[in-house]
Amino acid sequence: MAISTNTQKKIIPYLFLAPAAVLFLLFLVYPLLKGFQISFYNWSIMPTKPSTFIGLDNYVKAFQDQVVGTAFKNTLIYTLITVPGQMILAMLAAVMIHNITRGKIFFRTLYYIPVITSWVIVSLLFRYLFQSPEGLINYFLVEVFHITPDPVGWLQQAGTAMIPVIGLGIWKGIGWSMIIYLAALASIPHEIGEAASIDGANTWQRFWAVTLPLIGPTVVFTLVMLLIGGFNVFISVYLITNGGPMQQTEVALSYMYHQAFDFIDFGYAASLSFLLAAVIVTGSLLQMKFLRRPVEIS
Amino acid sequence: MRLRPRIFKKSPVYVALIAGALVMIFPFIWMISSSLKPNLYVIEYPPQLIPSNPSLENFLEAWNANNFQQYFRNSAFVAITSTLLSVTISAMAAYAFARFKFPGQETTFYVLLGVLMVPNIIVIVPQFFLMKFLGLRNSLWGLVLIYTATSLSLNTFLLRGFFEQLPHELEEAVLIDGGSYLTIFANVILPLSTPALATVSIFSFMGFWDEFVMALTFIDDPAKRTLPIAIALFQGQHGTQWGLVFAASLIALIPIFIFFFGLQKYFVGGLTTGAFKG
Repeated sequence: MAISTNTQKKIIPYLFLAPAAVLFLLFLVYPLLKGFQISFYNWSIMPTKPSTFIGLDNYVKAFQDQVVGTAFKNTLIYTLITVPGQMILAMLAAVMIHNITRGKIFFRTLYYIPVITSWVIVSLLFRYLFQSPEGLINYFLVEVFHITPDPVGWLQQAGTAMIPVIGLGIWKGIGWSMIIYLAALASIPHEIGEAASIDGANTWQRFWAVTLPLIGPTVVFTLVMLLIGGFNVFISVYLITNGGPMQQTEVALSYMYHQAFDFIDFGYAASLSFLLAAVIVTGSLLQMKFLRRPVEIS
Repeated sequence: MRLRPRIFKKSPVYVALIAGALVMIFPFIWMISSSLKPNLYVIEYPPQLIPSNPSLENFLEAWNANNFQQYFRNSAFVAITSTLLSVTISAMAAYAFARFKFPGQETTFYVLLGVLMVPNIIVIVPQFFLMKFLGLRNSLWGLVLIYTATSLSLNTFLLRGFFEQLPHELEEAVLIDGGSYLTIFANVILPLSTPALATVSIFSFMGFWDEFVMALTFIDDPAKRTLPIAIALFQGQHGTQWGLVFAASLIALIPIFIFFFGLQKYFVGGLTTGAFKG
């Protein structure tokens, strides 16, 4: 190689970045800009019928569309239940597993199995379990525990159809937060907990006053990731309820997807995408602003 | 012998952990049990955990039905090729970010990170038009390219973090010996980063193997379907033949479980370094 080290220093980074940059610009940045443009059009896929610029009409329509209200409300409910649900149960599991001497890896592995199973498979599995009248959940409720006299039509009623979706969201996610909390707990020096015990703190006080503040940044990290994940709920809704009955269980992304690929209203779908993206980005920025302090403890 | 009182003291904890583990595992046990029940056209009631006539009929039928083997090969091709491409390209980009100074470096990196915050499905509509325009709809290579593109942010971010921690001394030695930066990348950075590359590869592979939304949107040709699409449609076509659906699902899970149980140390390492989300 006759090229001097200095010349290399200038050229090499660009050569190494080039393949990533091409793919990134073509498949992500360009679609992001193009999608923004589409959201202002009555977008046509027919070569004979041109797309027409309609300004903010798609966005105005979104604010007047009752199903959009339902979809965003369902997305919010899903997030507000699954995020604390996952975090609390994951913390409980992590603290218990951290404190046992035998079977740590065994339990960690079992709790993590739902995480590595694909959303498609577990969604179908939950649809099967929540079938009515003969699904397994109904069998347990009616015949084994006698909680309800009659089978519940989980997926047939708007009031109950989100329950399998939310249950799946919590069940599948516990292992992910748990393994992150376990790593955080393992990084706390033993002496700290022992000192608190000697001072007479019980398990709960010790957790609340000593452990939790120490792993605060980790908890905030999982909170941010899970909130973003919650707003992105799609596959489970698409495969378990598909938005039904009567579009009552649509979430933001399932409604967007139906508008695009069932109703072929691409402009409207694009505007719904950007509304959701705006919610996610605003939420993330707010979190960064308000949750900065606990992060700095570490 | 000293262990005994401690175990007694901990027994409520074990009871709770076992109860939790049952909740986590029972749906899978049920899936396996259903897949072993032959010809489950009508859902049996009351449900039986242990099949009365267990058989592998469903597995044979699923494996031989509806191009299933083709779908398995499609998934394998897409997942393996995308993983190789993504890890190679991400490692190159991460090397540029970790070891060089160039104008626009920080801005570029923040753009990369910003994309991590917004999910890919947000741009599914324009991507659909792009794939059509590029002639990449109904193409497995099309899936490979877009899978690779969508995984670059995270993989580059993680590998950059790892590369930055590597000592600089070895590189200087290579340069003094007349080697180039390419030599450093190939002979120093990559060999030293095997654990990080393994972690990133495993998580990428699993993500690609399971990917649903893009495959659903960009592939219409039945011969080009991947397993997640095939399984979701299987359920649609075969209605209540759940035994068949679960047999197909379990076959699709085999590679994931091999990775998971075979390479656990990379899993835990990958998760605790940060951002992998199931």
